[in-house]
Amino acid sequence: MLELKHIEKYYNPGTVNEMCLFQDFNLTIEKGQFVSVIGSNGSGKTSMLNLICGSIDLDGGKILIDGEDITREKEYKRLKRIGRVYQNPAMGTCPNMTILENMAMADNKGKFFGLSRGTNKERISYYKECLSQLNLGLEDKLNVKVGSLSGGQRQAMSLVMSTMTPIDFLILDEHTAALDPKTAERIMELTGKIVEEKKLTTIMVTHNLRYAVEYGDRLLMMHEGKAVIDVAGEEKKKVQVDQILERFNQISIECGN
Amino acid sequence: MDFILTAVEQGLIYGILALGVYITYKILDFPDLTVDGSFPLGAAVTASLITKGMNPYLTIPISFLAGAAAGICTGLIHVKCKVRDLLSGIIMMTALYTVNLEIAGTNNVPLFSRQTMFKNDMLTQLFGDTVPDYVKIVLILAVVLISKILLDLYLKTKSGYLLRAVGDNDNLVTSLAKDKGNVKILGLAIANGLVALSGCVFCQEQRVFDISTGTGSMVIGLASVIIGMALFKKLPKVKATTAVFVGSILYKACVALAIKFFNPQAMKLITAVLFLAILIVSMDRKKKVKHYA
Repeated sequence: MLELKHIEKYYNPGTVNEMCLFQDFNLTIEKGQFVSVIGSNGSGKTSMLNLICGSIDLDGGKILIDGEDITREKEYKRLKRIGRVYQNPAMGTCPNMTILENMAMADNKGKFFGLSRGTNKERISYYKECLSQLNLGLEDKLNVKVGSLSGGQRQAMSLVMSTMTPIDFLILDEHTAALDPKTAERIMELTGKIVEEKKLTTIMVTHNLRYAVEYGDRLLMMHEGKAVIDVAGEEKKKVQVDQILERFNQISIECGN
Repeated sequence: MDFILTAVEQGLIYGILALGVYITYKILDFPDLTVDGSFPLGAAVTASLITKGMNPYLTIPISFLAGAAAGICTGLIHVKCKVRDLLSGIIMMTALYTVNLEIAGTNNVPLFSRQTMFKNDMLTQLFGDTVPDYVKIVLILAVVLISKILLDLYLKTKSGYLLRAVGDNDNLVTSLAKDKGNVKILGLAIANGLVALSGCVFCQEQRVFDISTGTGSMVIGLASVIIGMALFKKLPKVKATTAVFVGSILYKACVALAIKFFNPQAMKLITAVLFLAILIVSMDRKKKVKHYA
């Protein structure tokens, strides 16, 4: 269970550009929940993910995982139990290393990186199996550098790599936004499959309203650092894209754009 | 023939330095100026220990450790104090000048009458009073091969993977739940260890420690790495750790050739101008056009 309690976050504090993003923001995500988060630019979606992962510091409040306070824990330590896929496909892989080397590193997440051989030959067949479920033919290109793959292929790899080891949370930060519609669809299907298989607690930020409606069992709509829509379970199943769109327009009119 | 042999010897010795620069410049993407201080650090440690009568072969690993310590300091300044990479190197380079003087005692320590790795009782016993010339190059080659092979092996370990990853995409290292700062410090330690080791062999080959040997060693290392990488760009089968040695030998040959026509005092100027020429020649043409367009 992930709890955000009384979160406060300001940007450029103490200057004329001071902007308050979160003020007393509260959110509780139950174990096993798949939350889709939508909202316009600057509504605090990515900031929320960054606060959870520890990429940015918060100015007030607490973050708890299963009751344990992780507010002051460093980013790399938190990521032990969190897998994260970024919008930019280049963020999740090492371009100058081969597919095999990347997979081997991801496989060793959470363990000691010592002087033993980097790639365990016995695990290669497992890596091939993981890659073959992508249907991208990557399993036959193990010694190709990741830098020469397409964005979609790299994003698929990032997804597989971040979910390879046992993690509690999967954080998806607009992970289909940089892909063409067909590849995005494929990555989304794969995401749904992996989340279901591994029963991961997932937070997915997306600009694609259809994905937000189709996937996940809870829907959040953020606006100016607040959750203006928060539906789960049966109620969520009834939500239609049109309804959300309407709410979006409503907000836009309120804000004057 | 003598001219070529000297270039090869010097090239191989400076090649070890280039290996270190390869780690920081190519793998870590960290412009590490500590090199100008850690190269003479290796030499100073060696000169001081040899003067005290230590076995010259033992000075090699000790120099490596001394250099590694310097690298760790640069890393700590950069990672923990959040000083920019270039400045961290400059700070350490400047500080090391005094440290080197302190270790060596003076700015010039001759080792002519001392036991060195190229001239000692053991070698005299084996080969008689006049140790043949090839022994020297064989000994240098041995040090070179051991450093190169150990580095190659290291880069294939899990820890080595992490080192390569941190320069490539440090974000992934964080994702793997590892502190990228520590990985950088480790990389700087290994790199400067190799640089100091190169300084150790250089000092024993020259049979003198001079405080000024460090000046410009960064340029020599960088030039070697860039020549090596440019030459073997089309041959991906050749390892980068081999390419830097070829680059280093070529560079030393060029400098030696240039010295023949100029005053030896112009050495550093030639070093710098040659480096500039290499940079311009090896530059990616397409990129350059785009940049100015």
